[in-house]
Amino acid sequence: MSTVAIPLTQGLSIKTVAWAVLIAAALALLPFAVGEYQTILLAYGLIFAIAALGLNLLLGYTGLLSFGHAAFFGTGAYVVALMVKYFHVQSMELFLLGTVGASLVVAFLFGFVSVRYTKIFFSILNLALSQVLWSLAYKFYWVTGGSDGLRVPTPTLLGGAIGVTDDKIHFLSHAYYYYVLVLFLACVLVMWVIVHSPFGKALQAIRDNETRARFVGIRIRQYRLVAYLVSGVFTGIAGALWVPLNGLTTPDILYWPFSGEIVFMCVLGGFQYFTGPIVGAVVFNYLKSWVVGATTYWQALLGIILVVLVLALPTGIVGTAKRIIDKARRAASA
Amino acid sequence: MNLLETRKLTKYFGDTHAVDNVDFKVGEGEVVALIGANGAGKTSLVNVISGFFPPDSGQILFRGVDVTNLRVDERIKAGIARSFQIVNLFDQLTLLDNVALSIFSREDATKTLWLVADRFGPVWQEAVDILRQFGLERTRAIVAGGISQGERKLLDVAVAYALRPQLLFLDEPTSGVSTRDKAQIMDIVTSVVRSRKITAVIIEHDMDIVFKYSDRIVAMQDGKILADGTPDEIRRNKAVTNTLIGAVDA
Repeated sequence: MSTVAIPLTQGLSIKTVAWAVLIAAALALLPFAVGEYQTILLAYGLIFAIAALGLNLLLGYTGLLSFGHAAFFGTGAYVVALMVKYFHVQSMELFLLGTVGASLVVAFLFGFVSVRYTKIFFSILNLALSQVLWSLAYKFYWVTGGSDGLRVPTPTLLGGAIGVTDDKIHFLSHAYYYYVLVLFLACVLVMWVIVHSPFGKALQAIRDNETRARFVGIRIRQYRLVAYLVSGVFTGIAGALWVPLNGLTTPDILYWPFSGEIVFMCVLGGFQYFTGPIVGAVVFNYLKSWVVGATTYWQALLGIILVVLVLALPTGIVGTAKRIIDKARRAASA
Repeated sequence: MNLLETRKLTKYFGDTHAVDNVDFKVGEGEVVALIGANGAGKTSLVNVISGFFPPDSGQILFRGVDVTNLRVDERIKAGIARSFQIVNLFDQLTLLDNVALSIFSREDATKTLWLVADRFGPVWQEAVDILRQFGLERTRAIVAGGISQGERKLLDVAVAYALRPQLLFLDEPTSGVSTRDKAQIMDIVTSVVRSRKITAVIIEHDMDIVFKYSDRIVAMQDGKILADGTPDEIRRNKAVTNTLIGAVDA
């Protein structure tokens, strides 16, 4: 085969890179422009975006809808809390290492069972498996603190180079925010490479047509399992980053409605698009924070708003924005 | 030596003998047509040989090696590929991606997670070349779900061809397309197959196409081989003309 320059099919254009740099710069400058509360809120959004990116590797790229990803988010959070409780660990890097290991183990166990199935069977099996973890966290209270949960103090960052300060809010809205931001950008980059790799193409092939994928030589279960592992690790990392920000982990984050929230973030942003889950997670987080503060009946109001959004934006926020921009471009060139 | 040989190959679906003790041989470089009325067992035979489902008994030899218990991906690596009666494509991917995926898989590159696919220049170049051979190069950037039925049929064959098989099964490559397109598809497919000396087994109902493009014809009925011979021999075979050709033409 000769090496010839072929126009890139879905390559990273200069325009895309420019936009990415611009957005990263804006996110980096944000703590100087807004208050501490807004910065922390955005940190939550970026963390949920990592979880949603992980889930979307299954939903958007492999065609598998998991209603059990709270299991991995909770695994990340509880691993951090248990490392604090039993080993008095403070280092965020050790938390992340522990989380990656634990998420891989849980994802392998869950994935080994569930990737044999697709559609509703896969979804429900994941839901059931995650409920097992929830019940363990709820019932083994002498280990997990039960419904009271486990407290997680502020961690040290970069091997202790950035230590704990008295002003926790300042720490979370500055040092910790940048820590989350860097990890978020790294996760986005890694996921972008994965979905645009030959492996990512194979996942999309499996999503589109399992039979044909099998008959071009792709071993479906193996690829699904690897996707599941990657997805679980991403969501686990999100859980580990979330718990120091929240200061406490309870069984709620292992409960099925939280799995639904991660799914909803992907749908709201547009799971057919790479950036959809990111946008969906940040918007969902803002929306939920606003609604919770606005009324005691926030679940009802949030539900109504989300139903309206899904009906009005069937391809998600990113899909709708893309359609509007394409339409404007066509009108301008006509 | 035969490229492919089945020995007493059998597949039952309940009480139905879809493939019934079939001894089927294909020589290297041949273009063999597999004919028979609906339900004769043609597609079932191909499904068993290609690994779509396992046989109940019997043996499949490819280049003298027993491949009966190999997985689909192992059979593909051995050199067996196929297209489908009902087109099976990656509808949300472009034509270029559809063909490139076969090449990535063939080269074992689909296991690569840490390098973007666009970096594999030679793969894309080969994919473009294949699309050009099948007359699909102009539509390479369109998603497979957005092209005509004739083009989809060609792409289905191109995806299988990109695996560089030694034996290619083509399951009704012209079904569902116009008479004019049928000839065009078969001209392209047989020209590509013959130029690369690929052995092909074509399941086809259109007898004009069968007689025009095949070297040998195997007729099936009720899961068994009814007749096997050159197009002239099959034309003269009373059992075939009475039972199959008439039935197909009707």
